[in-house]
Amino acid sequence: MGTFDIHKVREDFPILNRTVNGKPLIYFDNGATTHKPKQVIDAIVNYYADMNSNVHRGVHYLSQISTDAFELTRRKVQAFIHAKNEHEIIITKGTTEAMNIIATCYGRPFIGADDEIIISAMEHHSNIVPWQMLCDEKGCKLRVIPMDEKGELDIEAYRLLFSDRTKLVSFTYVSNALGTINPVREMIQIAHERQVPVVLDAAQAIQHLKIDVQELDVDFLAFSGHKMYGPTGVGVLYGKEELLNKMPPYQGGGDMIKDVTFEKTTYNELPFKFEAGTPNIEAGICLAHAIDYIDNLGIEAIKTYEDGLLAYATDRLSHIEGIRFIGTAAHKSSVISFVVDGIHPYDIGVLLDKLGIAVRTGHHCAQPVMNQFGIPGTVRLSLAMYNTKEEVDIFIAALERAVRMLK
Amino acid sequence: MTINEIQDELIEDFAFYQDWMEKYEYIIQLGKEVPLISDAHKTDEYIIKGCQSKVWLFAELEGDKIKFTADSDAIITKGLVSLMVKVLSGHTPEEITNADLYFIDQIGLKEHLSPTRANGLLSMVKQMKLYAIALKAKG
Repeated sequence: MGTFDIHKVREDFPILNRTVNGKPLIYFDNGATTHKPKQVIDAIVNYYADMNSNVHRGVHYLSQISTDAFELTRRKVQAFIHAKNEHEIIITKGTTEAMNIIATCYGRPFIGADDEIIISAMEHHSNIVPWQMLCDEKGCKLRVIPMDEKGELDIEAYRLLFSDRTKLVSFTYVSNALGTINPVREMIQIAHERQVPVVLDAAQAIQHLKIDVQELDVDFLAFSGHKMYGPTGVGVLYGKEELLNKMPPYQGGGDMIKDVTFEKTTYNELPFKFEAGTPNIEAGICLAHAIDYIDNLGIEAIKTYEDGLLAYATDRLSHIEGIRFIGTAAHKSSVISFVVDGIHPYDIGVLLDKLGIAVRTGHHCAQPVMNQFGIPGTVRLSLAMYNTKEEVDIFIAALERAVRMLK
Repeated sequence: MTINEIQDELIEDFAFYQDWMEKYEYIIQLGKEVPLISDAHKTDEYIIKGCQSKVWLFAELEGDKIKFTADSDAIITKGLVSLMVKVLSGHTPEEITNADLYFIDQIGLKEHLSPTRANGLLSMVKQMKLYAIALKAKG
């Protein structure tokens, strides 16, 4: 494990050298996607320049090295989240596809009419809509864990939501709109005491927190490569072997079969059963380089640095007149959502953009969260390991200027 | 003034501003001058879809000319709709449907015309032309 040197880290991200609207880029939209270090960018170029070939099929040399590289990613992911088995790692397009695989392949066979699925009030749309689609089809029902005004889930209310019809629980580790870190270990235990499996959406956690799926004893876990300094178009579904084994395949096609005749097809083993067709090979291979990058710095060192930055930015923002933080949970990770009295978040976003600062404004694909707080949206800063206090200072000055103009 | 004369005047006004923040100061100022939509019309029926902020737009005939009124809950968006009202209000439906709105590009707001932009300037232009077509049919 190395030491965390912010100057070295920044040198690894070429995009941080560019300007936007004539100003040096300050990128605070990392919850949407993170930038890529040159180690990942080089790997992408190298894949096409030196390796390009389809995986899992050919006997020829290139196919073998690309297959090896792709499977190396699976082992790196396995180690990164400490999964028991390599074949419990399904390579997907991203978190959304992972959630849809669970809703389709676990939901359809094992959740029926009048059964219940528990989610939370702070979910991203990708952890709401797949379940709603399942409910429309099967006649099951969603139960929602309530959230208080700080953006913390009500764990006592969660306990009371369980019934003998509860078939699955699915919630986020870290809220993309509020930054809340949920007490997932306790929440998983509560579900397991009632023999209900748990899906954990780790899209906003995997790049900030150490995750050990065996220690958490979580049943399914989903995350995306592009939010953890890796390429777009690749993500991971982790599932416990016994659950994945009893689930039918997601899509039919190449790679997911053992034998095909016109009478009957037998399916391939895990993990290939869930990986029909040619995957995003380049992204799959290069995700390993993003994991290496994080591992070299050490996720704990990254977290310590990011926590310091989050505290600094929160403190500096708290002095802005009329500011209201949306999401003030005791445990937060890298996200600050806020509104300024009497100013539309969109107006702030436009002016910050003209000053070279990228933030997200709007509902952040979590409309129920915005409805609960009675606002149309927020301005959201989502920080990453390459952001600095100096950037926060420039942002604060820009925000003060924008607020003066907009008051 | 014709639609093109108003556009040319705006292009001249905007040329005066050196940087983006000054341009937006001016857009915000223009927002304060927009003929406000009446409360009776400030309803969901008159909201323009496709904006991150809310924009209300209403059109009616005064003689043979269309008068637009508008509002928004975001003040930059209000400035943008004000710009459009400034250019198109007070002209005949024919003139509005045929208008070539070259000023948007020239004052540097072309990026706002992309369908994926959150402010919906494109939706505003479309809606104003739709009103003109509808009122032409009526007139």
